[in-house]
Amino acid sequence: MVDYAGSGPATPPTAPSGLVSGALRMGDYWLTVLARTWKGGVITTFVTPFFYVLALGVLLGGFVEADPTTLEGADSYLAFVAPGMVAAHAMTIAFSEMTYPVYGMVKWQRIYFSMIASPLTASHIVLAQLGFLMLRTLFACGVFLLVLAPFGVFETWWGLLLAWLVQGLVVLAFATPVLLFSLSIKGEESFALIFRLGMIPLTLFSGTFFPVANLGPVLEKVAMASPLWQGVNLTRMLALGEIDWGLAAIHVGYLGVLAGVCWWLAVRRLGERLVS
Amino acid sequence: MISAHGLRKSFGDFEAVRGIDVTVRPGVAFGFLGPNGAGKSSTMRMICCVSPPSEGELRVFGMDPAKDGPKIKARLGVCPQEDTLDVELNVYDNLFVYGRYFGLPRAEVKGRIEELLDFVQLTDKAKAKVDDLSGGMKRRLTIARSLINRPEILVLDEPTTGLDPQARHVIWDRLFRLKQAGVTLLLTTHYMDEAEQLCDELVVMDQGRIVAHGTPLGLIQEHSTREVAELRFGVGEHEALAAKVDDLAERIEVLPDRLLLYSDDGEAVIEAVHSRGLAPVATLVRRASLEDVFLHLTGRTLVD
Repeated sequence: MVDYAGSGPATPPTAPSGLVSGALRMGDYWLTVLARTWKGGVITTFVTPFFYVLALGVLLGGFVEADPTTLEGADSYLAFVAPGMVAAHAMTIAFSEMTYPVYGMVKWQRIYFSMIASPLTASHIVLAQLGFLMLRTLFACGVFLLVLAPFGVFETWWGLLLAWLVQGLVVLAFATPVLLFSLSIKGEESFALIFRLGMIPLTLFSGTFFPVANLGPVLEKVAMASPLWQGVNLTRMLALGEIDWGLAAIHVGYLGVLAGVCWWLAVRRLGERLVS
Repeated sequence: MISAHGLRKSFGDFEAVRGIDVTVRPGVAFGFLGPNGAGKSSTMRMICCVSPPSEGELRVFGMDPAKDGPKIKARLGVCPQEDTLDVELNVYDNLFVYGRYFGLPRAEVKGRIEELLDFVQLTDKAKAKVDDLSGGMKRRLTIARSLINRPEILVLDEPTTGLDPQARHVIWDRLFRLKQAGVTLLLTTHYMDEAEQLCDELVVMDQGRIVAHGTPLGLIQEHSTREVAELRFGVGEHEALAAKVDDLAERIEVLPDRLLLYSDDGEAVIEAVHSRGLAPVATLVRRASLEDVFLHLTGRTLVD
C-alpha cells in the first residue's frame, strides 16, 4: 500500500499565469478526446463532403449549363458550388460540436463543473474548446480543399491558402453563438429549433448552392445578412480569384465581430452556469 | 486553513446560509452535519471558490476566494456530491487530464496516477471505461482525482451518499488513511455514523445556521444522555403512551414510529416500562448518537 503522501517529484500545483497558458493545460484533455473519437469523425469529416461534391458538384452540376456571369464568375457549377460547400462544412462542424456535446458537459456528465473545481476559469475552458474546434475545422477543411484542388476550382495557390484560413474564422463565427445558445437553454429539445430554423435554412439559402440573386431583391438582402453568406462569398471570391478587397474586409469584419461578441458573452454565460 | 465570519449566501429571496462562523485548523477532519437543505453544500461551494459569498468574510489559506480563486483552487482537492467524471474517457485518462489542469508535468502526473490507483484500489481498472465501474468505484475514482494535486485541504460533499454499506466502509477506510497522513478533511454528511467515524470536530447545521459546534463525543455528552431506550408500540399509540412513561427518563422524544427515552441506564428504563404493565412490540437500548443531538437541537430527524 502506497501512503497518500506519495513519492517522487512534488511540483507544487499552480494557478495558470495567463489565459493562453491556462487553456494549454487543457490540451491533453482535448487530445485525449480526439484520440477516442477520431475514428467516428472520419466519415462525417472527410467522406460526407466528398460525396456532396461528387453528387451535387460533379453529377448534378453536369446538367447545369449556366453562363459564368450568372454564377458569380465561376466557369462551371462545380467551381461555383465547391467553395460554398467548404464554408458550409465549417458551419456544420460548429453546429455539431457546440450543441449536444456542450449541453452534455453542462447537464449530463457535468464535466465543466469538474474543470472549474481546478485552477482553471471559464475563460480558459472556452479558449481551449474553441481553439481545439478551430484546429480541427482547419484540418477537416484543409483536406476538403485538397480534394477539390485537382478539379481545378481554385485560380491561384494563395487564393486556396487564404480560403483555407478563412474557415477558421467561419467556424468561430458559428461556434460562438451556438455555444452561447447551448449554455443558455433549459432543455435539449431546443436544439431542434436551431437545427431546423438555423442550420438547414442557412445551408440551403445562403448562396451555397445557387447565387443569392436568384432569391429576388428582398430575399437576396436577407440572405446577404446571414453569416454563412458572408463566409461563402468570401471563400468563393478567394477561390475564383475575383476579389473585391473592400467587400472581403467587410466579410472578415462581420464574422470577426460576431465571433468576438459571442465569445465574450459565452465566457460570461459559462461563468454564470458554473459559479453561482 | 479556513476562516469564515458572518458568512451568508442568498439565491434571490432564499437564504441558504444565514451568517455562520467557522474556523478550520490544519490537519483536522472537520464535518458539516445536517439534513438536506441545511446549507452545507452552499457553504462548501463558497469555500471551493465556485459560489461568491453574499455577505461576510471568508478566507481560505488566508486568501480571499473572490480575488484569488484559482490560487486557492490549485491547493484544494474537491470531491463533489455528483461524480462529474468523464464517462467517455477511461479511468486512467480521467486522472491524467485532471492532473494537467494543475500545471503538473506529464511524467509526474503519470507517477501519481499509479500511486493513486493503488491507494483507491483501482489499479486493475486503469483501462476500464468509467461507465463500467460500480457506484463505489466511481466514488473512489473521484476521490483519487481530487488527490492528484496533493491538496492541503480535501473537500468532500456527501462522500458516501447513495453507496451500499460495504462501499461506504471502503471509502471511510481510505479517508481515515488520509486523515492519518495529515490531510485536512472538510466533509458534509447527513449520516451521523459517518460524522462520528471521521470527524475530529463538527458543526451541526440547520436551516442555514450552525446550531452546535464541538467534537462528536463532546456534542453527545452535552446534548444527550449516555444511553437511549427505544420503545415501539402499535401504530398511532406513541403520542398517547408518552405521558405514561415520560417520568422514567431525563427526556423523551416522540417519533411517528417509536418513543425515545433518554437515560444513562437504558435497561433500567425498559424494566420500569414493563413493570408498569406496558408491553412494547419491540425495545432497544443503544448508545446515544449525533442523531439524538440533532433531534434534540432541532426537533427533527436527520434523514427524512
